[in-house]
Amino acid sequence: MRPTCVDKVFELAERDPRVAYIGSDLDPPLVKRMKQEMPGRAFMEGVSEQHIVGMSAGLAMEGFIPYVHTIATFITRRCYEQVAVDLCLHNLPVRLIGNGGGLVYAPLGPTHLAIEDIAIMRALPNMTVVSVCDADEMKRFMDQTLDWPGPIYIRLAKGFDPIVSRPELGFTIGKAIVMREAIGRDRVLLVSTGVATTRALDAATTLAAEGIECTVMHMHTVKPLDIEALLHHAGFARLIVTIEEHTLVGGLGSAVVDALIEHLPGAMPPVKRLGIPDVFAHKYGSQDQLMELYGLQPPAIAQTVRDGLQRRRAA
Amino acid sequence: MANDVAGTGRLAPHTRLDKRSVALRRLVVRALDGGGRGHVGSSLSLIEIMRVLYDDILRYRADQPDWEDRDRCILSKGHGCIAQYVMLAEKGFFPHDVLDTFCRRDSILGGHPEAGKIPGVEASTGALGHGLPIGVGRAMGLRMKGSDARVFVITGDGEINEGSVWEAALSAAKHRLSNLTVMIDYNKIQSAGPTAEILDLEPLADKWRAFRFGVAEVDGHDIDALRHVLTNLPVEADKPTAIICHTVKGKGLSFAENDPGWHHKSSIKKEVITEMYDALEML
Repeated sequence: MRPTCVDKVFELAERDPRVAYIGSDLDPPLVKRMKQEMPGRAFMEGVSEQHIVGMSAGLAMEGFIPYVHTIATFITRRCYEQVAVDLCLHNLPVRLIGNGGGLVYAPLGPTHLAIEDIAIMRALPNMTVVSVCDADEMKRFMDQTLDWPGPIYIRLAKGFDPIVSRPELGFTIGKAIVMREAIGRDRVLLVSTGVATTRALDAATTLAAEGIECTVMHMHTVKPLDIEALLHHAGFARLIVTIEEHTLVGGLGSAVVDALIEHLPGAMPPVKRLGIPDVFAHKYGSQDQLMELYGLQPPAIAQTVRDGLQRRRAA
Repeated sequence: MANDVAGTGRLAPHTRLDKRSVALRRLVVRALDGGGRGHVGSSLSLIEIMRVLYDDILRYRADQPDWEDRDRCILSKGHGCIAQYVMLAEKGFFPHDVLDTFCRRDSILGGHPEAGKIPGVEASTGALGHGLPIGVGRAMGLRMKGSDARVFVITGDGEINEGSVWEAALSAAKHRLSNLTVMIDYNKIQSAGPTAEILDLEPLADKWRAFRFGVAEVDGHDIDALRHVLTNLPVEADKPTAIICHTVKGKGLSFAENDPGWHHKSSIKKEVITEMYDALEML
């Protein structure tokens, strides 16, 4: 997904003279490629996130579409005021590409884990927040970034994640994709974003074998949230489970619950939110290991659904 | 002639103001009266800088604020906005009576300037340390478009405590942005007190030189001196320019000059407004 995203920026730059690229201090082959493929429109500006976001705002004010690229924690936390004021207040078409959203940098520890990036980005007016599930979907998404008004935060996963998206389902920013639709009554609705969708699909397969039908809604765009699709499917659900590789504070689960409270007063189905608890990670290892630790792997998702249904029956 | 800044031993220029500078200050007081508040000292130190820019240096069309060939003027020390509002009114970007609405609910003129609301304002500022990074991006963008328009960024002195300013300075020098000029309103008093005590900037000119800027120092209230340096840009070929403008916080109001207490005032009473007009009469 990461190389695909960068490849797409170069491809878009070839098509559109407005496209510019700004990195902080990324790898040497990229610098070489910039000079060859985007001469005069690509910049590696050093470890200066506040500056590069401000600079991207200036370029956007002059009519360019800058793609700003660095590690997710640094492009969200370090320069939050620049993102809020320079990009969102001016509503400029800058695209922030965050490497390693979620638990990708597990071995590097909490300074590098972007576990609240979605929450803090979605709190800003005018910001769009997108977390695709694989490299193929990244391609479809990136084509749409050229003419999207206003800033976008693009959360990148680890790279080389299994391909689960399907071209026939299309891609539109702000429109959820139903990756698997349950039939009949008494359905379970799984709502996920990013690579959590891959885990949700696996869990749904397991549960189907047990006779529990799940709809899997891939909410690649967390903001603006596709409330229409959510409400449509929530109306059929006896249980909703949200799954995200992100803190439970303010992410996808919060957005979903906010929308349901607002729009289905008194008729809201039971909801269970799966995500990272309100802690800094205290272990290292791999992304998969930390996802397991926080109950975000398919077996834990499936068990959450079983428990949720059992509680419902008991009630 | 110079006087001492708040007992720190640092010197500030003691420059006589001409009729136009006094008239512009009367407009500042008019806005302060309209809003009942405002950054008094921070606006008054800026007047001659903004005056010379808009009178003599900047290329713009007041009836076409988005004119592609205009020079971009970014007031990074957004709290000094009344000085810019006054010049925008003088140049016909909006009528003078809009100054009376300063900070009122439905006004276009807030306590910090907002692009998109106010014709002629290039960037929404107020949070400090944002103007120079944006200015670098604009200067770069103009160069990429083959434009000969220039970028002027006006910062405060307390403002350049912000690390983002120095990140942007490194970048501006790396790209040899000779179409970019930063002007520092060096009145030597930030919100909490003298810059020498809060966070000393000296040796300031050497810092900008070390960051590979062409540097000029000027009396920021001397119209001829400002005009001279600004008509000879860049100060050094192939380099961005930093102009350190030695100014006086609260310049023109005898009771407010060099007094950190006049950085910002709220609930300004009518009798204080009268005292301000009276002080300007004495000049």
